[in-house]
Order: sequence, then C-alpha cells, then structure tokens
Amino acid sequence: MVRQVKLYTTPTCPYCKMAKKFLDDHGIKYKEFNIVEDKAARDEMKNKCKSLAVPTICFNDEVIIGFNEVELRKKLGL
Amino acid sequence: MHSQELIIVGAGPAGMTAAVYAARKKLNALLLSYNIGGQVLWTSGVENYMGYQFIEGVELMRKFEEQVKEFPLEMRIGERVTALSRNENSFILTTDARENYESQAIIIATGKRPRQLNVPGEEKLQGRGVTYCAVCDGPLFAGESVAVIGGGNSALEAVDDMIKIAQHVYLVSLTPLTADPVLVDRVRKARNLTTFLEHEVTEIQGRDRVEEIRIRGLRSKQERELSVSGVFVEIGLIPNSDPFKGLVQLNHLGEIEINCANETNIPGVFAAGDVTNVPEKQIVVAAGEGAKAALQAHRYLRRLGI
Repeated sequence: MVRQVKLYTTPTCPYCKMAKKFLDDHGIKYKEFNIVEDKAARDEMKNKCKSLAVPTICFNDEVIIGFNEVELRKKLGL
Repeated sequence: MHSQELIIVGAGPAGMTAAVYAARKKLNALLLSYNIGGQVLWTSGVENYMGYQFIEGVELMRKFEEQVKEFPLEMRIGERVTALSRNENSFILTTDARENYESQAIIIATGKRPRQLNVPGEEKLQGRGVTYCAVCDGPLFAGESVAVIGGGNSALEAVDDMIKIAQHVYLVSLTPLTADPVLVDRVRKARNLTTFLEHEVTEIQGRDRVEEIRIRGLRSKQERELSVSGVFVEIGLIPNSDPFKGLVQLNHLGEIEINCANETNIPGVFAAGDVTNVPEKQIVVAAGEGAKAALQAHRYLRRLGI
C-alpha cells in the first residue's frame, strides 16, 4: 500500500513535469514541493531523502531520485 | 514472444512520427520505448518547430503522443531495448524487462543521451551532487561552490546560471572553449568564476554527497583538488546505439549509418533521428526522417509480400 507520495521539484525541470504527468496519468495522488521557494522542503529532500537532484519522489521508505519510469512502475506496483 | 510486421524503437519526434505513418499504412506495428518524448523533454522552449511560434518541449511531445494515440497502434512504454539479433526471416529485440519481440522490419529511433565522464565516483554520486541537468538542479546549490565540466554552449549556459547564485563556480574544460563567443563574453568578467582549460577530471570524491573533485592539467600534469558540492556534467551527447552495434554499422561517433532512404547496412533495419549520422539534430528534421523511415519500411514489407 503506497502512502503519501511527496514529489520535490524545481519549476525549470523538464523531468519533474514528466514525473507529474506519469503520476497524474496513473491516478496517483501526491504532494508537490517547489524546493526553490520552499526552503524547509529543500532541507528535507537533502537531509531526509539524501537527494541533491530533482525530481525526487518519496513514499513509505522509498526514495527515487530522477524520473525513472521502470523503477517507479516497480515500486508503485503498476 | 510478441510478433509484429514493424517495431519502432524509441518514441521521440522520429519514432512517434514513424508510428503515425506506419499506422496510416495499417501496418501491424509496435512502438517500443523507454519513455515518450525523448530529448525534447529536456528542452524548455521550442521556437523552430513549424506551426508553433513557441511551445514547451513537454507540451509539444504531449501533442505528438495524442496524435499517435488517435490510431489503433500497440505501444509498450517503460522498457529499454538491450539487444537486436537476426533470425532466419525476422529480427528479435530483447528488452530490460526480459521480453522478446519479433518483427519483420525495425526502425531504430532511440536518439541520444548525455555523455558521462566515466571517472571514479561519478556513478555513486549521481543525484548526490553529480548532475546532468543544470537547469533542473542548479537552484539546489545556491550559496555553494560548484564545478561545471565542459566547454560548449550547454556548459557555458550552466556557468551563466550558476555564477548568479553559487558562491564560486569552477569551469573545467578538456579543450579551449568551443561555446558561442556571446556566451563566453557573458560570463568572462564574473568575479566568482575560475576557469581551467585543457584540464581533465580524474575523480569525484565524497561519502554521501560530492565533496571535491580532482582535476589534472593535460600539459602540466599538475593535479589539484577543488572543494565543491555540485558537479554539472555538460560534455555533449552520445547516440543510444549500443544495443544495435553488433548488427548495424556505426560511424566513428557511434551514430547509425543510413542512406537517404533511412536504410542501414541490414535490409529491413531502418533508422531515423538523432541516433543516425544525419548531421542536423533538430526536432523538425527528426520528425521528417521518422516519416521517411516508416514509408521505406512499408515499401520493404510490401516487397517481401507481407
């Protein structure tokens, strides 16, 4: 069971748009954080998810760095 | 085993245009790709695709996808082709999902991907300071020191973005700068930029994230370490031709060699777009090449009597 999905993005990142489209297309609800404006979210992504790249997608204990459709399908059970 | 008349590998502008043309010829075709949109997705704005004065890359590819989906064409998205082999009368494509696909003809339209440095530490620290998308990840390094690797337009554009927000920017290029002079002029006077020309990166170091890089002068052989938290790799693109190189002929750049009819050296295997030796790497050219390849594949299949 996938719990709350967090999606960390920057406005200029095309891969973030791909990730959003992928999640939308598959009807997966998520909360998006723009890390350029939201410093707390940026720190959370850096420190908790140990990621320095966007998009970063976090749910349950999983962290997916970058838009990787194969990995997303596998981990989201699609 | 899935069996088709035609498989189009790759769903960028070339592959998706080929798919529409194949579908209109009512070929039993499959569009097989890792993603939809290819390199255009990395492009923030497109101003030279006819019919649109300006359109975002993602939006343009969404329109391509909608047009493909108007037709009853099978699509398999999310699988990467790992090998192409030849049977007696057909071709077999193998993917990373361990599926095999058989087809009478193939169109390869797999595009290009960012070139990697291939130095120790690079792979381990991807997404942890090593990035190939400066426009995506740049804002994460505000107030920190970063290195931009490369000397072409993409590298200088990354430098131009980063000198505005980073504490210090190191530009490391294997060659003298090849970027457009207007870009070089734009960053030349930045106080927080240090440039190392004719230097190579030998290692990226860090435990959980990038901490420093080692560089070496090509002539002086002098090594030095630069403390950075981000490494922006902007050293060009390489064709996604590895799975096909055992069968089709490549040029010295690794691009698939085709003639003006999009034919490779193997009858029945066609190629289109940026993965080929066609010198113009443009969306509009790739789309046109995709159309040509599909029409040629159709002719080939009719000649076979299929």
